[in-house]
Amino acid sequence: MLASEDRGNPLEDDKRVPLEFAGLSKRYGPATVLDDVTLRLGPGRVHALMGENGAGKSTFIKLLAGVVPADAMTVWKDGHEVQLRSAADATAAGFRFIHQELNTIPQLSVAENILLGQDMPLRLGLVNWTELARRAKQALAALGVEHINVTRHAGALGTGDRMLIKIASALVSHDGETPPCLYVFDEPTAALNEAESEKLFAVIARLKEQGAAILYVSHRMEEVMRVCDDVTVLRNGRHVMSAKLAETSREAIILAMTGRDIANGFPARITHPGTDIVCELRDVSSATLSKLNFTLARGEVLGIAGLAGSGQTELLRLFLGLEKQTGGTARFEDADLPSSPSEAWSRGVAYVPQERRSEGLMMHMNVRLNTLLPHYTGWRARRSRENIRTVELSRRVHLKAEGPEQPVWQLSGGNQQKVVFARALGSIPRLLLLDEPTRGVDVGAKFEIYKLVRELSEQGCGVIMSSTDLPELLGMCDRILILSEGVQHAIVDPDGMASSDLLQMFYAADRLVMA
Amino acid sequence: MMIARFRQMGTLLGLLLIVLFFTIQLPDTFLTARNLINVSQQISMLAVVAFAMTVVMVMGDFDLSVGSMASLAGIVAAVLFALGYPLWIGVAAALAVGMLGGLLNGLLVAVVGILPFVATLGTLTIFSGLAFFVSGGRTIFGRDIPASFSGFARSGVPLDGIGLTGLKLPFLSISALVVLAITWVLLEQTTYGRRLYAIGGNREAARLAGVQVTRLRSSAFVLTGIGAAIAGLMYASRVASANPTQGAGLMLDAIAAVFLGMTMGKEGEPRVLATLVGVLILGILDNGLTQMNVDSYVREMLIGAIVLVAVATSSYRRSH
Repeated sequence: MLASEDRGNPLEDDKRVPLEFAGLSKRYGPATVLDDVTLRLGPGRVHALMGENGAGKSTFIKLLAGVVPADAMTVWKDGHEVQLRSAADATAAGFRFIHQELNTIPQLSVAENILLGQDMPLRLGLVNWTELARRAKQALAALGVEHINVTRHAGALGTGDRMLIKIASALVSHDGETPPCLYVFDEPTAALNEAESEKLFAVIARLKEQGAAILYVSHRMEEVMRVCDDVTVLRNGRHVMSAKLAETSREAIILAMTGRDIANGFPARITHPGTDIVCELRDVSSATLSKLNFTLARGEVLGIAGLAGSGQTELLRLFLGLEKQTGGTARFEDADLPSSPSEAWSRGVAYVPQERRSEGLMMHMNVRLNTLLPHYTGWRARRSRENIRTVELSRRVHLKAEGPEQPVWQLSGGNQQKVVFARALGSIPRLLLLDEPTRGVDVGAKFEIYKLVRELSEQGCGVIMSSTDLPELLGMCDRILILSEGVQHAIVDPDGMASSDLLQMFYAADRLVMA
Repeated sequence: MMIARFRQMGTLLGLLLIVLFFTIQLPDTFLTARNLINVSQQISMLAVVAFAMTVVMVMGDFDLSVGSMASLAGIVAAVLFALGYPLWIGVAAALAVGMLGGLLNGLLVAVVGILPFVATLGTLTIFSGLAFFVSGGRTIFGRDIPASFSGFARSGVPLDGIGLTGLKLPFLSISALVVLAITWVLLEQTTYGRRLYAIGGNREAARLAGVQVTRLRSSAFVLTGIGAAIAGLMYASRVASANPTQGAGLMLDAIAAVFLGMTMGKEGEPRVLATLVGVLILGILDNGLTQMNVDSYVREMLIGAIVLVAVATSSYRRSH
């Protein structure tokens, strides 16, 4: 049943191959997204699936989940062929998916979200809420999570906790169903901070002990090197490499992903920040923030860090008029802070929001509208001029798209993020607000985004950047402001610091606020 | 690409098939200049309401009050005529009522934040009650309506020049074409239109990208209100009378027309030229079936079924 594999297979010596996905192919119109890709997964092993944007990872997972029909695919499980024609087939085969989008239902309780799609426990024909809560707690406890109240609305939770709910939901045992044999994690840590990620890794280790196969999709090299046993790399829909992680290197993987040599680092600063002040905050407070004291010089990159939900997004939104200033003095270019997003954009503030799909893009609209929206002036809209402008901006961010008319939902995650960046470049920004600018973006695109931020800062644009990716903050920022429960705890110079130092400060700050 | 193109063109193909069907069934009467001109006049009111409805539906909103607004506008003009005011005052007052009613809808939806369905259902009832109240529940007709007003609907531009001796292109049809042109320019050629589409695409993302969502949504409802008032005036002119329920049937057909049009959008978005195709399908079906002496109740069922089939095929294909 095994075709000979000349690209190197970590599991060749394993007689018992429980899961094999052979010859996966998928075309969308003229575009070949996956071309004869084969993947073998061993029990109790974590297998990383890596590749740049548009390499075919998302499509690969969709085929496994049965939500998109494959042009060709053969699935073997314990020597038997399995048909995957629908999501129900995938579930029946024991496949579980934890997707990168946090599609929890905000109006429902945590318990209902966890047990969504299951038969509700009943008593006298009505929902037995006590039993429901018990099952949900049990599922969370299996993850080692005890701090979430299962009766709260899911919408009231932070991103990290919502991800934990989705994972718990995938772990719930379905009555009378095949026990899970494969867990697919699609960018699970994209929205998590380091502490939450640690919990996730512990959960993965537990699943591994239980003998499940795990497919782990991530762009974060550190994480993959730590958590995974094997790696498969896709490039342009083709299988380019499979190896045991112990027998390969970070450089080899990046080379396989990109097909070119990229130093895994950050573009160096060439000039130093100027002395002109872009904005200045003195004792500024709002409903959720207080004691903000900082100045931002032209060309400076200021990082905003802290545990998830410490007020990072709110701080950025002060400059959009969405978080109302209630005290202190704040100046942006010698005037008050903008009072609305529309005023902010017209005064040279550009904003890259955290949630690309819900806050950043009009998914069913084309690249042109998404790129130019804040920059329309006058009443006349001329399509030919708009196209020229869009092509120009798309080129600056190295966007891979068919053209200005393509709807953005057809683009990969990283290219969607580039559209949001192209929008930010549309007018030469004087203040750039970045909220998780590289979430769910691959190594190559990440580096391009860092280069763009560097270029803008060198042209004198002030940058405020919030991120849970600590190496990114340390690599890009001139100073880092540490927030804890909305209070400014410290501003530190990242020179010579390591991620662990920064993390220590978060917890120190948190204790200080608690005390 | 080909498939997508075909899917978009499916509705247009449907229109051609309908025309072909009636041409064969009614060889002597259907495909004649006289009948087609007649159709253009019959559908002109529906067309104006449907074009106006497209403006709010571009933002993902609805306006259920257009029909009762059309009735109210017609009544307001007729009451003023009956009181002896000149033509222009009656027309201006009707348009002002449309504007104010639209503004009320806009404020309820965009500022207060009520769902458009609920808000405009409420104003539908208010406008309808108001129309009865102002008119005392009576139909206003006869000598109260100035001849210059009702004459508008009866005359048109003579078509003798292009060989159609004795035929006229009615002013009502021309009015609908003018509204079409204005709406098309507004939605397709202005930054205002681009912003409305952005709001329809993702309201929160549009707001964060600097679109003044509240202001634009309110203003779009004002435009729809004015469109409804224009249709009401056209109707009153055509029947040379005004009664408080005459616009009632327009709302559902207008929404159906926009939905038919949306099956032609690349991403299922409303486009005003596509709405025109929807209006033509509804209007031609009505005209042809009437000529074939199909019972009006059967006609309603057929039209409802056709709208459902078109929209269902389109959304089924989109999700598979």
